[in-house]
Amino acid sequence: MSDTRLDTSKRTWLIASGCAGAVGGIATAVPFVSTFQPSEKAKAAGAAVEVDISTIKPGEKLTVEWRGKPVWIVRRTPEQLDSLKKTEALLADPKSERNPADLTPEYARNQARSIKPEFFVGVGICSHLGCSPSDKFQEGAQPSLPDDWVGGFLCPCHGSTFDMAGRVFKNKPAPDNLEVPPHMYLSDSRLIIGEDKKA
Amino acid sequence: MAEFKEISPNASVGDKLLNWVDNRFPASKLYKEHLSEYYAPKNFNFWYFFGSLALFVLVIQIVTGIFLVMHYKPDAAQAFASVEYIMRDVPWGWLIRYMHSTGASAFFVVVYFHMFRGLIYGSYRKPRELVWLFGCAIFLCLMAEAFMGYLLPWGQMSYWGAQVIVNLFAAVPVIGPDLALLIRGDYVVSDATLNRFFSFHVIAVPLVLLGLVAAHIIALHEVGSNNPDGVEIKKYKDEQGRPLDGIPFHPYYTVHDILGVTGFLVIFTSIVFFAPELGGYFLEYNNFIPADPLKTPLHIAPVWYFTPYYSMLRAITTEMMYALVLCVVIAAYLGVTRIKMASVLKAAVVAAAVIMMGLMLKIDAKFWGVVVMGGAVIILFFLPWLDNCEVRSIRYRPDWHKYLYAIFVINFVILGYLGVQPPSPIGERVSQVGTLFYFGFFLLMPWWSRLGETKSVPDRVTFTPH
Repeated sequence: MSDTRLDTSKRTWLIASGCAGAVGGIATAVPFVSTFQPSEKAKAAGAAVEVDISTIKPGEKLTVEWRGKPVWIVRRTPEQLDSLKKTEALLADPKSERNPADLTPEYARNQARSIKPEFFVGVGICSHLGCSPSDKFQEGAQPSLPDDWVGGFLCPCHGSTFDMAGRVFKNKPAPDNLEVPPHMYLSDSRLIIGEDKKA
Repeated sequence: MAEFKEISPNASVGDKLLNWVDNRFPASKLYKEHLSEYYAPKNFNFWYFFGSLALFVLVIQIVTGIFLVMHYKPDAAQAFASVEYIMRDVPWGWLIRYMHSTGASAFFVVVYFHMFRGLIYGSYRKPRELVWLFGCAIFLCLMAEAFMGYLLPWGQMSYWGAQVIVNLFAAVPVIGPDLALLIRGDYVVSDATLNRFFSFHVIAVPLVLLGLVAAHIIALHEVGSNNPDGVEIKKYKDEQGRPLDGIPFHPYYTVHDILGVTGFLVIFTSIVFFAPELGGYFLEYNNFIPADPLKTPLHIAPVWYFTPYYSMLRAITTEMMYALVLCVVIAAYLGVTRIKMASVLKAAVVAAAVIMMGLMLKIDAKFWGVVVMGGAVIILFFLPWLDNCEVRSIRYRPDWHKYLYAIFVINFVILGYLGVQPPSPIGERVSQVGTLFYFGFFLLMPWWSRLGETKSVPDRVTFTPH
């Protein structure tokens, strides 16, 4: 049956039109998949945030929202700044050399990861899977932390630990230090998050 | 195509109607093939309740889900309040909601038992591979369904659970961050995420799920059910071609399964009425706090049915990667020295191992954690081709196989327990050992399943009339 009167030209056209149809089908999928992208409204959100930092006492933390994420402003005590020297050897990336373009603006590539050593400004989102680490400023042994803990942050989700400059400890699920957002000081008490001098 | 069947004019109205339908739609044929003349082995035991129970829970979830959607608002500003509205203001709304939330956990309880049954009686072995594969796909769908459904109440656990899981995708090298963005539809988990998860949860995934359930049952009824003895009942048939050890599904197993459903409902309703949160395992306490994008709860853990995989995710640290690299080295060494193959193939194995090790050390442990977590589920798909034992059922395998399966279950439970606990150094070490055991169990199965003396398998099923 199959060898009788096989119309090859008709078959060629069938294949060609089938292919054209497939291309059309795939092309139609593009707008559908595109709707998954962030909307124009979501893209437009994300203005800089201005914060008054004069009310933060040493050893305290203030959290503000920037682009839907928590941004921490920690006023570190001298002891907490000292602890940054002790942690150096235990850190995965003490000098903030990994992905510096995304994580650490040039003016924060120092031991304290900040413009003014006293104030640490960082996005409170763990570089592992995006939980917000909790404050563990208290020194000494406590659950989920090593006995020689000198103060820092603990991510409750997977146990990653960070020091008082948001630098991640070695051998933890989180690969990177906490992100330092672009920021600058408008005056001694006024900080703007989301903009820096470059821009 | 069936011939058009004429019926005697003296037949009853009912028979005439049925004949009219049967000439246009295979109603009687379907009924016979799947119920009254589907012969299932007569030696089914307790473990065989769980398949029909899974179907029953699916019905509960669909019916309660339809009613919940009538009152729920998929909007980040209103979602949490609308769930509380269902709980407090909608007449009997609390019951529907608790049935749905308890049903989710019940689904996993039933499905885990169902899968374990398949595992111990070798129900995945030839010719039932497709039954098993459809089943694994159902399990995947169920996980997606549960995960997306958990975001909808928009509590703290909903929010941060979704944040963590979506960020898993961001760990994929190169395309990861964009992929996560595409899933969320925003730079953080937000209203856009809630809306799309709602759409997937109430329509897209259930449609796929129903299709897969149909495929699972059609494939099962094509090859026939396995049984606790793992012998083929089709080997011995009577004059009419019916298996000697088979009994029609209806009425025997329909009645049998009603007993199962009754027992199940006793437990299910006890939980719904007296302990709907089940101590924080079915509904986590933190989820009664509205989502706060600025604050992660101090202790976050997924719902119990995901925790074994979650433990495996947490187990993969930089340190663990060295252990895994060592495993690759050992595997490549054994592959090259112990297995007979052409030297070109051996070179390929060595090259693949070297590339693998390079990638394992180069890419973050975070990515490999995700690979391990996904792999733990995906590896189930390969089970039919990993098991080399001569016999199907655990009943006729060497005794030490039973202990191995027991350790496998205990290990899985320990991993699950560690997944609900806060991270700790000891827990981390235990879960690393547990992860290695879990994968060792499957990956070494082609080797260990061949070892030992199997017992003689009976010709026909063992059955004592009662």
